[in-house]
Amino acid sequence: MKSLAELQAIKEKMKDKVILREGANNIRVVVGMATCGIAAGARPVLNTLVEEVSNQGLTDKVTVSQTGCIGICQFEPVVEVFEAGKEKTTYVKMDSEKAKRVVEEHLKGGKVIAEYTLAGQKL
Amino acid sequence: MKELSLNVLDIAENSVKAEARLTEIRIDETDDLLTLTIQDDGRGMTSDVVKTVTDPFYTTRTTRKVGMGLPLLKLEAEMTGGTLTVESRHQSEFPDSHGTTVTAVFHKNHIDFIPLGDIVSSITTLIQGHPDSDFLFTHTLPDKTVTLDTRALRQVLEDVPLNSFEVIQWIGEYLNEQYEIKSGKEEQYEVIG
Repeated sequence: MKSLAELQAIKEKMKDKVILREGANNIRVVVGMATCGIAAGARPVLNTLVEEVSNQGLTDKVTVSQTGCIGICQFEPVVEVFEAGKEKTTYVKMDSEKAKRVVEEHLKGGKVIAEYTLAGQKL
Repeated sequence: MKELSLNVLDIAENSVKAEARLTEIRIDETDDLLTLTIQDDGRGMTSDVVKTVTDPFYTTRTTRKVGMGLPLLKLEAEMTGGTLTVESRHQSEFPDSHGTTVTAVFHKNHIDFIPLGDIVSSITTLIQGHPDSDFLFTHTLPDKTVTLDTRALRQVLEDVPLNSFEVIQWIGEYLNEQYEIKSGKEEQYEVIG
């Protein structure tokens, strides 16, 4: 049974971590969550990213956030990856499986998955 | 949308964007009606804007000239014989009581009724994306009520952000447990707030 006491324990555990984490994140992952993104399936993509980043122990390095319409609605769900000193990567037509691979191979392994990027699409 | 819970996520985003401090999401279900209310204390809209919000060619977005959020919800409600109403008080006229209320009524037994779907996932997604906004979620079913108030969680968490993975996971489990609990056993539950 979940209780607020349990939440209190989470807080105690997290307190020191929060201070350490300030400014340490150097990869920013952004998911388009406007009507177009949500209708195309952005919610499970976001949830998978958040979960996998935690499972892979990347929370100190990676932040996952949400934004509005990115402007390429026909390619939703869209995930953008911003890394300091590197060019932005735009992943398109994402799903949970692809999101899992992006966390493993790109966010953890440092290798862009070209076939999922906007540039990798046959137009 | 494939699930009404996705509309909830979409419409509640408007509240956050209107700088709401508190967004209330209420779902009231009887045997044949589902009433969805999203009420915020954001900056509100003038009556001229309210008249146009269910028109797909009105939008606040800047990337395109078409906004589908409210028109879509209106269509989905009306397909079941239900209604959508938008009431709003703009801060210029109501400096102390501004905000917007969107109410959608659905007939659940109508063949075109879109199921609510994974509402827990929509609530955790909202909190994940907007850890500094407050949300009050209340889902009233014939045999139970499921609630979550981020203001109460914030009191416990102090400066630990609501979008920490452990917290988001806890919120998801907390809500799912409330749905799973059988009617009449709610008193075992710790009341928050």
